[in-house]
Amino acid sequence: MIHLENITRRYGSHDALQRLTLDVDAGEMVFVTGHSGAGKSTLLKLIALIERPTRGRIVVNNQDLAKIGRRRIPGYRRDIGMVFQDHKLLFDRNVFDNVALPLIITGTGTREIGRRVRAALDQVGLLRREKQMPETLSSGEQQRVGIARAIVGRPTLLIADEPTGNLDPELSLEIMRLFERFNDVGVTLMIASHDLHLIGGMGRRRIVLDNGMLAGEAGDEEPDGPVWVKETPAGG
Amino acid sequence: MAERGRSGGLSAWFARHGETAVASLGRLARQPLSTLLTVLVIAITLALPAGLHLGVKNAGRLSGGWEGAVDFSVYLQTGTGESDARRLAAIIESRADVERVEFISAADALDDFKAGSGFGDALDALDDNPLPHTLVVRPAVAGNDALIELLREELVNLPETDLVQLDTAWVQRFNAALDLIRQVILISAVLLAAAVVIVIGNTIRLDIQNRRDEIVVTKLIGASAGFIRRPFLYAGLWYGIGGGLLALALVGVSLWLTADGVARLAGLYGSGFRLSGLDWRESLIVLGTGAFLGWFGSWFAAARHMRRIEPR
Repeated sequence: MIHLENITRRYGSHDALQRLTLDVDAGEMVFVTGHSGAGKSTLLKLIALIERPTRGRIVVNNQDLAKIGRRRIPGYRRDIGMVFQDHKLLFDRNVFDNVALPLIITGTGTREIGRRVRAALDQVGLLRREKQMPETLSSGEQQRVGIARAIVGRPTLLIADEPTGNLDPELSLEIMRLFERFNDVGVTLMIASHDLHLIGGMGRRRIVLDNGMLAGEAGDEEPDGPVWVKETPAGG
Repeated sequence: MAERGRSGGLSAWFARHGETAVASLGRLARQPLSTLLTVLVIAITLALPAGLHLGVKNAGRLSGGWEGAVDFSVYLQTGTGESDARRLAAIIESRADVERVEFISAADALDDFKAGSGFGDALDALDDNPLPHTLVVRPAVAGNDALIELLREELVNLPETDLVQLDTAWVQRFNAALDLIRQVILISAVLLAAAVVIVIGNTIRLDIQNRRDEIVVTKLIGASAGFIRRPFLYAGLWYGIGGGLLALALVGVSLWLTADGVARLAGLYGSGFRLSGLDWRESLIVLGTGAFLGWFGSWFAAARHMRRIEPR
């Protein structure tokens, strides 16, 4: 599903990612972890085509991203669900309209939009909140609206950047259970998180980044074991 | 476009456009003061050339009312008999470019001259009438200098003609002045159109900056440039249409305010002249121009500024 080959992303003289090679299979649920500045966000931005790699090759869903030009980026992004730490909801419209946005973009018929938005809201447990404005919701609920918006277009790949960054442990776990349910129905997930305690308990593959390099991987053979992280003396 | 193809079809596409148009209008209505100011600026900018055009149009009608000034006086050769002269008058009158011909016989002319000049006795001493028969020809093509000139040439070339007089100099000057004013209006209209584009472009630019976050989010979700641009284009269109409508109102009110003055002035000249307003075609041009400039201004702003707003 995701294939990275010798990816380097350089900002000025600083390499956010260095010669990173990794694969994520279809149907997998993987966590990307590491301290802040390790390159987690950069990795997700490259996959979302928010940024381009300085060197290397990325293939997502059999598409070589280098071959996707400016004009084809929107079409590419419609096939990927994205969840953000700050939800990125639009505060001038209600929950329903926020979740409907990806379908409106693709020109889906009104009735079909109603059906699919309610199905997505049902999955995140917010079916009765569709008329509410986002600011009247709690942070956890806002994040679930963001997740409903990410899945309403039925993507095969969902990427999430610190989706539980602003949530307390209980709500965080709730969100992770939600992601697991999507994974159960075949959605591939890549979730960036620095919450080692939370993801340690999930028993999924963990990709550990350190200073833009692959520092290690921990598989599901040791679900609750400690994640190996190379300690580095302060660095960017 | 792929946008349209997915599952909704054409009717959904139209529905989306309708929704976007209404939503854009609603957004403008929620900021009535700033919307009104923008629309007012556009209206004044559109009303200026429209009003000037109306002035020239009415002046043109006025000069058309003075068509008597372009009568030709055709003096025939002194040897021409009266019956021949009358026949010639009939022939000329039958031309398509001639409205009517007045025949003044040499005898009538002499009587008039005797009565009017005070030389009656001196003229009585003459054996022969020295005056020729005269045809006063009124062209049916008033205002068209080229056709009038053509008519004049043909009259000059008639074998019976001695002299053709046409006092058109002042009419030509007047028409030339109107032409010049028309050109000035055209130039100013182009400049003012540019002003409308700039005003709307700037308004839309601010709008785009205010909605930066929204644009970023919709881009992240996979909205095409066209989708993101659409509400701004409709906003520009509404500004333009609103400005056009208000411009028509401004012109109408100005006309109403000046109507009495014009009527009084015309009355002093013994004329029933009344100002005419913009006809439906001209009104449509004002509206259409406003709509187009609004759309174009916002498209221009969107093309320039939206590209720079990218997710980071």
